[in-house]
Order: sequence, then C-alpha cells, then structure tokens
Amino acid sequence: MSTLSISNVSSDYQGHVILHQLNLTLQQGEIVALLGPSGCGKTTLLKAIAGLQGISQGSIKINGQVLSGEGVFIASEQRGVGMIFQDYALFPHLTVGDNILFGVKGLNKLERQTRLEDMLELVKLTGLGGRYPHELSGGQQQRVSIARALAYEPELMLLDEPFSNIDAQVRHEMMLEIRAILKQRNVSAVFVTHSKDEAFVFADKLALFEQGHIVQHGAAETLYANPHSRYVADFLGTTNYLPVTVSSDLLLESPLGVLTSASLLPHVAGTHGQLLLRPQQMALQADTQGQAKIIDRRFLGTVCHYKVNQNGVDLEVSSPVMNFEPGQRVQLTVVGHPFVVFNDANLPT
Amino acid sequence: MILGLTRSWSLAGYVITAILLLPLLALIVQATLPDEAVFSHLFNTVLPTYIFNSLILMLLVGLGSLIIALPAAWFIARCEFPGRRYFQWLLLLPLAMPAYIVAYVYTDMLDYAGPVQRALRAWFEWQTPHDYYFPAIRSIGGAAIVLSLVLFPYIYLLARTAFMEQSSNLLHASKVMGCGPWRSFWRLALPMARPALAVGVALVAMETAADFATVSYFAVPTLTTAVYDTWLGYGSLTAAAKLSAIMLLVVFCMVGVERFARRKQQLFQKQARLDESDRYHLTAVKAWTAWGYCIGLLTLSFLLPFAILCGYAVDYFAESWDIRFWQYSLNSLYIAAIVSAVCVVLAVVLMFLRRVSPRSSDHLASRLSSTGYALPGTVLAIGVLVPLTYIDFAINDVMDWMGAQGPGLLFTGSIFTLIFAFCVRFVAIAIGSLENSYKRISPSLDMASITLGQSPMQLLRRVHLPLLRKGMFAGALLVFIESMKELPAALLLRPIGFENLATYVFQFVSDEKLEHGALAAIVIVMVGLIPLIYLNRSLEQSH
Repeated sequence: MSTLSISNVSSDYQGHVILHQLNLTLQQGEIVALLGPSGCGKTTLLKAIAGLQGISQGSIKINGQVLSGEGVFIASEQRGVGMIFQDYALFPHLTVGDNILFGVKGLNKLERQTRLEDMLELVKLTGLGGRYPHELSGGQQQRVSIARALAYEPELMLLDEPFSNIDAQVRHEMMLEIRAILKQRNVSAVFVTHSKDEAFVFADKLALFEQGHIVQHGAAETLYANPHSRYVADFLGTTNYLPVTVSSDLLLESPLGVLTSASLLPHVAGTHGQLLLRPQQMALQADTQGQAKIIDRRFLGTVCHYKVNQNGVDLEVSSPVMNFEPGQRVQLTVVGHPFVVFNDANLPT
Repeated sequence: MILGLTRSWSLAGYVITAILLLPLLALIVQATLPDEAVFSHLFNTVLPTYIFNSLILMLLVGLGSLIIALPAAWFIARCEFPGRRYFQWLLLLPLAMPAYIVAYVYTDMLDYAGPVQRALRAWFEWQTPHDYYFPAIRSIGGAAIVLSLVLFPYIYLLARTAFMEQSSNLLHASKVMGCGPWRSFWRLALPMARPALAVGVALVAMETAADFATVSYFAVPTLTTAVYDTWLGYGSLTAAAKLSAIMLLVVFCMVGVERFARRKQQLFQKQARLDESDRYHLTAVKAWTAWGYCIGLLTLSFLLPFAILCGYAVDYFAESWDIRFWQYSLNSLYIAAIVSAVCVVLAVVLMFLRRVSPRSSDHLASRLSSTGYALPGTVLAIGVLVPLTYIDFAINDVMDWMGAQGPGLLFTGSIFTLIFAFCVRFVAIAIGSLENSYKRISPSLDMASITLGQSPMQLLRRVHLPLLRKGMFAGALLVFIESMKELPAALLLRPIGFENLATYVFQFVSDEKLEHGALAAIVIVMVGLIPLIYLNRSLEQSH
C-alpha cells in the first residue's frame, strides 16, 4: 500500500498558480526527492503535505486517509508527520532530551526515558541528552531533530533541505547516515532539495519540478538515462546537443558522421532532432590527423574536461587523458549507448 | 501559520482591537457633531493663531534638533576622539528629561529676576528692563529651544545608526576617487542618511505637536493647550473633539512622512557596517572641537538642568520629603504596574495572532491596535472621555429607569479612565517589543511544534512564551516607565483629588515653585533613564 498519495493537487496564492495538477505516490519505506530550482513549488508541496499550506484542488492522502481534499482539512497537529528543517528548528530553551520528547504523549516516566535513550543511541548522541542545542555542532543538531521527529513515530517524514547548513566535508556522510536510519526504521520520506547530487545520494526516486509542475518522476537512473525533456537532462548533469537526422531504427546522421544507437530509436526515419550526449559518452584519442581540435582544458581531479570542436560544433567531453593541450588535434568517438533524441518538432520555440 | 486556527482566537483579536480603537473612532464621530457656539467662536478668534503656533513650533523644533543632532551623530559615528565611547550613550540622556522641567530651570535662570540678568544688570549698572535687550525665554522661540534640547536625541540616534550602517566599501570607493572627509560627508553620507533624518524630524515634530506642559508653562497657546482649555474651561466635549481632529490631521501627516521615509531607509541601509578602523582619527584642535561640542550639548540639555534640580532638592529637602511625595509615587507605581501588565497580555494575544493566523483580517487587527501611540496625550484623553462619558450616562439612565440609585460616574470618575487611556496609548510599545522578540524566533519552530502534534495554545505556552520572556519583560518595563511619565492625559483624566508623580510635579511647575517638588522631579528623570540603558544595550548588541 502506498504511504502517501498525491492526486491532482493544485495550489494558488493571490492568483498565482504555485502547484499545478501534481500526482505522486510513495510506497512504504520509500524516499522520494522533490528536486528543482528555488521557487519551483517543491517546498510548497512539502508544506501542503504537512498541512502548513492549503491546496485549492486535488487530494493528499496518507495510508488511505484523506488529509487535504474536497471539503476536508486535517490540522497539522493531527497528521502525524515528522518534519526536518534547514535550520534544524530545535527549541533553544529546551535540552536535547526535552526536544526529543517534545511531541511524545501517553507514556509514563520510565517509557519516556527508554524512548529517549533509544533515540539518542539511534542518532549516535548517547550521553548528550542534557546538553542544550547551542552546545552541539550543526550535524549533531540535525541528528537531534531527526531523533525528535522519529520519537513522535510519524507516518511520514518530511525533510526540507535538511543538509544545506551542514559543512560540505561531512554532508555526504551525514546523508548516508540519516538515509540508513530511515531505511532501518522503514519510514517513508519526502525530501526537498535543489541539489541533484543530494537527491541521487539520499533518495530512491526523484520528482523533478519546473514552475509548479512535476515534469518527470521515477528512479534516479531512469531520469538520468532517459529524460523526457532537455530541462530534465540539463538539470541532472552537463549536456551536449548534436543536431541529427534519424535515418533508420538505429542510425543517425550527425556532424560527427553516422552514429549507431545501442537500442531502437522511437522516431521515424527523417525526423530532425537533438541528440543528447553527456561528456562521458564520448572518448578522445590523440591523433594528429583527427578531425576534432581541443579548444580548452579544465582539470577536475579524477578526469579532465575538454572543450572540443569538430565540424563547427563545440562539445564538452570528459576524458581520463590529462595531457591534451589546446590546439591539439584529436580523434572523437561516441561511446555506444542507447541514444536519446529530442524531436525538434516537439521543442518549444 | 496555522491553517486550522480556530475563530475564537480571531474573535479575541477583534475585540481587543475594537476596544483599543474605540477612543479614536469616538473622537472622529464626536468631532462631526454640530457645536456651533464654542467652536465657531474659537474659529473666529484664536484658532488660526493656535494652529499657526503649533505648526511654526514643529518647524522650529524639527530644524533646531536637526542642526544640533547632526554634528554629534557624525562625530560619534565617523570620528575617533577622546570620550567618544561615553558620549555615544551620554547623548541619549536628555530623552529622560521632561521638557517642562528643563523649561522651568532655564526660565528660573534666565528671566528678569534670574541670576543671569541680575549679574548683567549689576555689571553694566542697568536699572530697568528698558535699559537693555534680553530675549524673552517665555516665548515661542524659547519653547523651540527647550524642546530641541530634549528631543534632539531622536535624530541623533537615527542619524548615528544611519552613518554607522553605511558600508565601508562605499567610503573606500569615494576615497580612491579623491573625496576628502568633507566632500564625502556632503556627497555620500548625508544624502544616504536623508531617509533616517526624515524619520527623526517627523518623530520630533510629532512629539512637539503632542507637547502640552512646556507650551503651557511658557504660555504659548497651541492646539494642545487649546484642547485642554476647551474641555476644562468651556466644558465642551464636542469643541474639544473638533480641535483634537485638527490635531490628529497634523499628527497623521507626520506619521505618513515617517512611514514613507522608513521605507526609503530600508533601501539605503542594508545591514552593512562601517569598520571601526575607518573612523577619522581626530587630533589636537579637531579632537577638542568634537569633544567640546559633545560636552557642551550634554551640559546644556542634561547636566546643567539636572544639577540645578539636584540643587533644589538639597536646598528644599524638608519641603519635598513629605507624605504626599510617597503617596503620589505609590499612585504612579501601581497605575504603571497595572497598565504594563495589561499591555503585555494584550500584546501577546495580538502578536501571537499576527504570527500564526492565516487570516489577513487578523493581521490588520493587530496592526491597527498600535494606532493609539500616535495620539497626543490631550487628544487621547478627549477620545477616552467621549465613549466613557456616554457609557456612564447610559448606566445611570438605565438604573434610574429601573428605579434604582445610579452608581454615579463609574468609569470617568475613577482611575479606570486613566488606566484605559494609558493602555490605548502604550500597548504599541509592548507590541513593538514582542514583535522584535518574535523576529528572532524561527518560523520553523512553529512548524516543528505543530507537526509534533501540539495545539496552538500548547505552541504558545511551551515554545513562544519561554522564548518571549525577555521581550515581555522589556515591553512591560518600557510601558511602566512611559506610564510614570505621561502627563497631559493624566492631567485631564485623573479623578478629582487624585495625583500621581507627573501631575504633582507639574503642579509645582505651574505654581512657580518646582523647588518644592524637586525630589519627585528627580524620580521622574531617574525612571526615564532606565529605558535608555536598555536602548543603548540593544544598539550595542545589534552592532
């Protein structure tokens, strides 16, 4: 059964449409990332799920119960969702222990103590229950807020850019740690972020937003390998586009010559389009007779990125070879993979 | 925002707002009632002079305060000289001086019988007032000077902050493009500080318009004194309301100027900060000039009047130290205590509502409740009298009709009226204080609390109140002090035979024997010093 089910949700504020006909479902224990640039409506959707923001159309259900919908609005405090914030939102006047037990009801003193000890152990903060939030590091504070939300035993966890204020050095580790905690407890979670890297690491599924619409959702790999639009392709990584004409089920004509796809193309022969090429989907070889020329070189540590020109087309190519110099001639080949071609006819002009 | 907030919260907000707005609305209604006799008589005789006096006084005090405040603000914000750190807060002290006390002290010193003129006469062997010219201190000019001396800190404070918040980078940019201190002041600092200065001048003009005691003492008739006299002299509430309405028009114009300038100010002052190291290090003559200016200003506006006041208190200790001093201090104290408690409670409800309510009408309500602060004391008093008199009469009529003995002037004859008026006026202070505290509480705490299953009341009790404690205390303290100091409303609204410290001191001022009330006056000044300590500390923190 799906934990969270969002159907046809729209929201408007002072005449502006903020969310537009959104659909999304989440299975028990799944983590979905709402991904997109700032102002695209992802946080609005999160707040709508939490009941902190109204919706004008559609419905939001958790475990089959309608929380927001036609004539129904369950108050935030009765929804049983846990929420994690960018600024941690710990109560500064309460100790770590009191923060964690803040929402816990109906337990006797001993049970409360046990719950607290469990939670502290879960987030590796055993012994720090008596401290105040300001005495902890940012990462520790965020762990307290996770513990606080989990102690409340929520049906669903909502995370609003929870890693933005964590130092870059520890962020990655922190994400894996919290992901492991959520997985261990089998808690479903909705995670808002503007960073594709965070979404890839933390979430099982992505829902990519553009101006109040979910433009594509699914497994991260699917979105990356098979984007439905240039917006999705561009958001998830560096892209090159090559003007091509489809000549058969597998073959394309391009400025780089005839290219062969590793899978059947869903376009009829004669279609004009743009072939998506990621920098790592091409390879370079030193060749004084090569048709391609190195224009610029950027060293990125494990690889080098080269700006390469062939037959008047500029391409961004990633290569493990570090020592090509600008001006040098090289041989450029497209690595075999299932091609993604965006039909020119469908492109917005 | 709590989407599920019940309507009862909103209802509480509307009721509070309606009660707080009652005087203003009643005033406007009463002012539109016909009252030909008194008002048209006033209109045809003295009113134009009163209006002229009020306006010219506002202009003079605005300009005067600006001229004396500007150099002080510049020295403190942009220069380094001996004593700068102390002057920074010492120059706020004049705010604690009631203008009528300063007026009294200078009149005592400078009028015909005072030591200055006596000394001049002895020196030059003049015999009569016709032998020489000496400017009359009890005049509109004298009132302007005295009011400027106690009100300039408003402009000083705003200008100083404006100068300090101009970014060092701008200063450096002007420096590398060849601007010296003077050119940088005229072309950069002053134009950028203009909105802040406008806010300051508008505040000073409002305070001047509201002043009753100084102009009354100097016998300069203005709109404020006219309201007072029309009510106490002619007993015409309608005529007083009409005069108050004119006054309101003037005051709300100033509020408009202030609001407009504040918006500009936000564009010009952007959280930037002048580096300490970018101050001009003054040496020799320049340093002494800055020091001399500051100490001179401080002496004239605070040290000298306060020293003379202390002198009176020592010389007339026996007369000052009597049972009435204690009795009236106690009266002031308990009225102030009640008012501050009520104001804080109302402010908490209104601000909580503004914080969490999803309904924009609730936000409007809490904003409207602050309007009372703009009402000058005399105007407010008339505004409070109108509805309460009506209610008193209505109660008695109903009792009569039922054949019982009416309770008399239940509201207007008791200190209830006074307390109500003070709450209307000062709730804005408590609201402002809580607003500042609320700004420091992240909205995500509210969201965390409600998603953790807490009701709005639990949110208030478990999260907001503990975090608002300081703001509530500061708000209560400020309201307390303002209630101790407020004079014109107290003069008009006190029950017969009731005195508090302010009315008691003013009585002595009117009777030309402040010496006998010096102790009480000192208490008022000392009480007025407390908020300055707070103000200064919060400024230091924000920097």
